[in-house]
Amino acid sequence: MTLIQGRTGDWEVVIGLEVHAQVTSKSKLFSGASTEFGAEPNTQVSLVDAAMPGMLPVINEKAVEQAVRTGLGLNAQINLKSIFDRKNYFYPDLPQGYQISQYLDPVVGKGEIEIDLEDGSTRTVGITRLHLEQDAGKSIHDQDPRKTLVDLNRSGVALMEIVSEPDIRSAEEAGAYVEKIRSILRYLGTCDGNMQEGSMRADVNVSVRKPGDDFGTRAEIKNVNSIRFIRQAIDYEVRRQIELIEDGGEVDQETRLFDPDRAETRSMRSKEEAHDYRYFPDPDLLPLELEQSWVDAIRETLPELPDQKKHRFVDDYGLSVIDAGTLVAERKIAEFFEAVAEGRDAKVAANWVMGELFGALNRTDTDIATSPVSAAQLGQLIDFISDGTVSNRLAKNVFEIMFETSDDPKKIVEQRGMKQVTDAGAIEAAVDEAIAAGAAQVDQYKGGNVKVLGWFVGQVMKATQGKANPQAVNEMLRKKLDG
Amino acid sequence: MTSASDLRDLTIAEARDELAAGNVSARELTEAHLAAIEVARDLNVFITETPDRALADADASDARRAAGEALGPLDGIPLAIKDLFCTDGVQTTAASHILEGFVPPYESTVTENLRNAGTVMLGKTNLDEFAMGSSNETSYFGKVENPWQREGDNRPLVPGGSSGGSASAVSGRLCLGATGTDTGGSIRQPAAFCGIVGMKPTYGRCSRWGIVAFASSLDQAGPMTRTVRDAAILLGGMAGFDPKDSTSAEMVAPDFEARLEGGVRGLRIGIPAEYAVDGMNPEIAALWDRGKAWLTDAGAELVDISLPHTKYALPAYYIIAPAEASSNLARYDGVRYGHREDGEDLTSLYEETRASGFGQEVRRRILIGTYALSSGYYDAYYLKAQKVRALIARDFHNAFEDCDVILTPTTPGAAFAMGEKSDDPIAMYLNDVLTVPASLAGLPAISVPGGLSSEGLPLGLHLIGKAFDEQTLFRAAQALEYAAGFDSRPHRG
Repeated sequence: MTLIQGRTGDWEVVIGLEVHAQVTSKSKLFSGASTEFGAEPNTQVSLVDAAMPGMLPVINEKAVEQAVRTGLGLNAQINLKSIFDRKNYFYPDLPQGYQISQYLDPVVGKGEIEIDLEDGSTRTVGITRLHLEQDAGKSIHDQDPRKTLVDLNRSGVALMEIVSEPDIRSAEEAGAYVEKIRSILRYLGTCDGNMQEGSMRADVNVSVRKPGDDFGTRAEIKNVNSIRFIRQAIDYEVRRQIELIEDGGEVDQETRLFDPDRAETRSMRSKEEAHDYRYFPDPDLLPLELEQSWVDAIRETLPELPDQKKHRFVDDYGLSVIDAGTLVAERKIAEFFEAVAEGRDAKVAANWVMGELFGALNRTDTDIATSPVSAAQLGQLIDFISDGTVSNRLAKNVFEIMFETSDDPKKIVEQRGMKQVTDAGAIEAAVDEAIAAGAAQVDQYKGGNVKVLGWFVGQVMKATQGKANPQAVNEMLRKKLDG
Repeated sequence: MTSASDLRDLTIAEARDELAAGNVSARELTEAHLAAIEVARDLNVFITETPDRALADADASDARRAAGEALGPLDGIPLAIKDLFCTDGVQTTAASHILEGFVPPYESTVTENLRNAGTVMLGKTNLDEFAMGSSNETSYFGKVENPWQREGDNRPLVPGGSSGGSASAVSGRLCLGATGTDTGGSIRQPAAFCGIVGMKPTYGRCSRWGIVAFASSLDQAGPMTRTVRDAAILLGGMAGFDPKDSTSAEMVAPDFEARLEGGVRGLRIGIPAEYAVDGMNPEIAALWDRGKAWLTDAGAELVDISLPHTKYALPAYYIIAPAEASSNLARYDGVRYGHREDGEDLTSLYEETRASGFGQEVRRRILIGTYALSSGYYDAYYLKAQKVRALIARDFHNAFEDCDVILTPTTPGAAFAMGEKSDDPIAMYLNDVLTVPASLAGLPAISVPGGLSSEGLPLGLHLIGKAFDEQTLFRAAQALEYAAGFDSRPHRG
């Protein structure tokens, strides 16, 4: 258990997260307007989204399907009957004056996921529920000195709110939790997980307690939009709460905001100022009733999820838990790896993918989906290593050229003459030449300085432009010098 | 057909036949009504008159008919539209200052259906603000006057509400029929007050899309006409499944006119004991008795039934309807459309816009509804009211095991004078006591003129039918109409 040392002893941190994930869907939760990111303000607004008089919501079946799919991916209970409620409050970017959400009867109930920690261990975190709700529009305060402008493009976009149990015990775990949620959503294709574009954000509930005590009073940090910020916000909030209590104060139950520039949280509104949302079932919508067979049909289409895949990679490929975890974090990487590993040494494949390929992708800020080197090409390169066509060292050079040109390794090796020289005659000639040129080194070697062998190897390589098979060179040298 | 007043005396069914026979044109019908509307402006029936649009609609209808492409029974029929229906390019106010000048870029499904049926829109009728009222005295655009007056008393009377403008228009021969909406009696009560037929279909029969919402779980559009047959014809043009309204019933609307003449022989008419409340106006009690006798004379059988939770209907209604309204009306915030008072900051913009944009009755109901939904009160008010509502629906369900249609009076009394009840909201709310239970249960119901009070004012008889059994309801109403033989006319019209 991660404990935080305070002046009065150790403290335990208790965290629960509410992740808001935008449902991947062409249209909004209750209207046909487009959800595409980055359009001109107020161009993706239907009459329903603008809450014109007499407009009515109609549920988007695709959004429901995505929520159910997500629920199944979170190993959660699917509620065959759920209710949409109105959450009432006034704000200019909330045209209806209420948000349609789910309150007492969400579409998805309890579930659980496994999170992967840096030391290779895993923990289970409970999911309390998942419900569907409408996003609000966006208030823009910095484009006019006096006015607030409103962009309703996001108004009515479908969100899934995924609520965790208060099972998380550190900033690291919180980060790992959000990473795993994002990974699962991306595998399922139910949310793109793009936190910079606002497709995913989290409300973080933080409290501290002495180990064994009841839960402390929590503060809720709203709308944190990166995993790094989530960690920073928790670190700050934990320190703030511990200091407050140790100084004889009490934590207020309140809503706070995270300021990324100063890496601190600030009070937004206290419990007394909290809204009375006056939730009640939306009379414009019937209860959402699902057929078990429909849910089962969705279950049939679920892909293998990251945790299942991770366990399989460990069991079938003999990878370490950490390597497996790294490879499964993104579905496309896992698929790429499996394509490379098929019929080959999986550990070698994993090393190439996580080593050379990740290095090159990171260096060039490229996504696996647009990698210039395909899985088939990387596989061919590995085959060239195992059949001795190229040495390991040469293979790295070949890979660099593949990454630049997208050419097949075969073409590169042939056109650039990078094929390893294994022809015994050619090697023997170079070896003889090196021995002839290095009388002094021959004497050293014979005098017991075996290290000098490296000098001969270097000479041979130089003469063959690095293409000689190092193993063959070594063997030949030994034979000649020892013989 | 020669005189304009004759044209205005036609029923929709007669006009349909005259149009089909080529004896009259849609333009002649429309012009006759437009002229009458001008003369009757003091009744304040219309918020917006649309004469140009009406004539264009009429000419288009005549052209279709000349080309042999008439659309059906409603092609060329001049109608008045309650100003709660959004109409594309025509101001739609809900009789509220907060929507004054609002011109929707869209057409409600019901009025779209009527346009597609070839009807002519004469204008948008006055109503209680946001349909909240039973006397049409809460309109920002002024009170509507009932074309009827008491014998020997020329004080202006209310037409009832909220569809008071539509009721006055139909009664005063300013249109052949009108649309209304009914939340707790807003079609049936003004129909009774104005001596016309007003019908609220089963909840879900007509789409609510594009109708300014008052209480979503109760609001339902329906026809207001001078005969039962006309109501059946007009409902046929309004009803139908609409995928844009999730609460719209996914079924094809039947031909409501088809079985109208079936008679009531063998039909079981339920008489609920709980509606015979102590202190019932003796005139109303006598009217009810006449209704029972007419139906039994026509061959129906009376069945005593019990609707035990009736007395809780009105209080439940006045929790549920304001609760939904408090949320439905949140969108009128001055930010995107309609009236705005620029405040010093956001909160004052909201407060000042809504304080000046909404009238007293609307503000009262928003406050009641907000309170009923508040944390700590929700269970005691809203949730309790919903449970009562379920019990009321069950009462009807049980009663319909033993009967086919239920007969009651429509209102506790006849039309009252302007100002008579406007200071006492409870007295006003009691107007709905007989119509609200069917609304809470979502059942179809109709008010048919049953005779005159001792003061010479029309009184209505009220029939309630089984869900989606409008055909039986119309059949019973037709029998009642024949028996009542109501042919009195208002002083105006």
